Amino acid sequence: MGDLAIRVENLSKRYRIGQRERYLALRDVLARAITTPFRIFPSNPKSEFRNPNSDHIWALKDVSFEVKQGEVVGIIGRNGAGKTTLLKILARITRPTSGYAEVRGRVGSLLEVGTGFHPELTGRENVYLSGAVLGMTKREIDRKFNEIVDFAGVAEFIDTPLKYYSTGMQMRLAFAVAAHLEPEILLVDEVLAVGDLEFQKKCLGKMEDVSKGGRTVLFVSHQMNQIRRLCERVLWMEAGSIAQQGPTSKVTAAYEAALSSWSSRPDLVRDAGPSVKARFLGWEIAQPRGPEPNILTDLGPTTIKFHLWAREDLGPCHHGIVLYDTDGRRIWGWAIDGLQIPTGRFTFVYRFPMFPLRPGPYSWFVTLFDPTGLLDKWHVVPELLVATDDYQHRMDEWAGILNLPSSFELVTSSPVASNSETG
Amino acid sequence: MEVRTFPETPLQTTGQRTTLSLITPPRGWLDLNLKELWEYRELLYFFVWRDIKVRYKQTVIGAGWAIIQPFFTMVVFSLFFGKLARIPSEGLPYPIFYYSALLPWMYFANALTGATNTMVEHQRVITKVYFPRLILPLAAVLAGLVDFGIAFLILVAMMVFYGVVPTAAVLLLPFLLLLAVATALGAGLWLSALNAIYRDVRYAVPFLVQFWMFASPVAYPSSLIPERWRWLYGLNPMAGVVEGFRWALTGRGSPPSVLLLASVTAVLLVLVGGIIYFQRMESTIADVV
Repeated sequence: MGDLAIRVENLSKRYRIGQRERYLALRDVLARAITTPFRIFPSNPKSEFRNPNSDHIWALKDVSFEVKQGEVVGIIGRNGAGKTTLLKILARITRPTSGYAEVRGRVGSLLEVGTGFHPELTGRENVYLSGAVLGMTKREIDRKFNEIVDFAGVAEFIDTPLKYYSTGMQMRLAFAVAAHLEPEILLVDEVLAVGDLEFQKKCLGKMEDVSKGGRTVLFVSHQMNQIRRLCERVLWMEAGSIAQQGPTSKVTAAYEAALSSWSSRPDLVRDAGPSVKARFLGWEIAQPRGPEPNILTDLGPTTIKFHLWAREDLGPCHHGIVLYDTDGRRIWGWAIDGLQIPTGRFTFVYRFPMFPLRPGPYSWFVTLFDPTGLLDKWHVVPELLVATDDYQHRMDEWAGILNLPSSFELVTSSPVASNSETG
Repeated sequence: MEVRTFPETPLQTTGQRTTLSLITPPRGWLDLNLKELWEYRELLYFFVWRDIKVRYKQTVIGAGWAIIQPFFTMVVFSLFFGKLARIPSEGLPYPIFYYSALLPWMYFANALTGATNTMVEHQRVITKVYFPRLILPLAAVLAGLVDFGIAFLILVAMMVFYGVVPTAAVLLLPFLLLLAVATALGAGLWLSALNAIYRDVRYAVPFLVQFWMFASPVAYPSSLIPERWRWLYGLNPMAGVVEGFRWALTGRGSPPSVLLLASVTAVLLVLVGGIIYFQRMESTIADVV
């Protein structure tokens, strides 16, 4: 396998849709046993052959790729494209249904920050526990203990039970432990998307160090700027398969282009599994029309459309929307309840009198819920690019978020008027 | 904003053994990897340590609970089964008769309940990190030994008080304790894997433990069981353990050899079966728990 770190060959993973409901109660199984007597045992392979298509979905289908040692590879794709499943298989958390993978080197997985933390234990005890769970030896933790505590900045509370920590402190401690993992291969799921701005920057900085340190990294993210900053090569996953792989700039561009024209992607609907009730398909700036549907070029009235699709009549639904800037600052958030949604395609239309944001990239985050729970969430790709005229201070440190088209005029009091006042 | 960096230990590429792992679909019905289990022994230690640390956090009496439970059960049993129902106690004072049986029984009951809940309790860790899942029920079973040790001290004090002197048979105690650990682990493996799929198990276990106690010579001596059925009775591994404890500690009665032989056989079957079943479930546990 030479200098390869990971070789994946025709990897596939099938889930029963029932498994999405997490655990079963025995009565469900008994009820099913009465209606279909051959399927008492959930993992009975014979029963799966009986009806291969009815209630299974392929979370991964024939995925093959290779990663060289020291490479930093990004994985992009929509929700449910199989990115996390792929990481979970490589981390050995779950097993594939068919195919295989060869992994050369010690694997550390970071699918969540704070894995193994216990609220009743002190910060010190949790560093050891979480470190051990993530794969560090006691000696390694001993050696790095002070570094970890310094990085987290919680030295004075280190012997206080974790439950008295603020969420921010818990996050910092959790990430500090994870950041000091030194596996040869690191698998990272969107952990960088959580936490405050400062935390995200710290994570990103540490990730850059790790990738420069010659380690092999597989990195899942929805944030294209993070992917561009960290990765040399990108896998774009779509419906459980690799849609495209190659140099970061090429694949991310293709990905963004594909998602910007929603109508050209009917397969999003076609490939939606039976468990998907509704989906965001795409978005566009309908007015003013710029060179691309995601680029805003004019500061006038702005109409933004989100295109969706529903398998069935839904309602009452809740829809939420948030706009972030590249630093992860929330610029605007809004939500609506009680939406009655018809079957088929439909559009959410937002009309703004103007969109006075400083030029630069911004990202939407949209959600749709019905009374049973989350139907779809989308870290919107491509990002919104504001390319309007800039009404800002020319020095960066004095510029702000808003781009208020303004005029300026110096008005002096007329001498006649002042005379009349004094006179 | 300042991003702090730290000296990284350079990756040693020469002379270092690189681990190659092959990830494949689950195959066969037993691929117990003892070597891997050994490599994860530190994590096992941390889980045991965590269980012990957390167990009596934020309680007033703390580890006193390890004594209170068997002690007061002993008092109740002595009163009702002993003084009122006059169940034979092979000439032993009722408190010794009951406490020496409750000691292994309470350990077993708590260890089994603890092991059963491990997969569900650690659902978050299981779905986010890999380690041999066997470690979790194993840790639960081992952590219970601390309570056992504490409660054992009371037994020593009681034996001094009642002037009960153990015979050489007391040397068999570690073996009997091992048998109790193996039983709790064996049954715990079955139940924890089942509990991951069917949450009914959680509600069934308290009943199971109760019935199991009456199927074991805790509240009565095994001599009440007719001789020719003794071997069948011994198929309940805890029958051998509990009767063995009483005999090893006090030297009263004849050695329960038939009972023990049957029990050892039964434990081995339950344990091996448990490991096989657990291994089969292990590959999919993260998907269903």
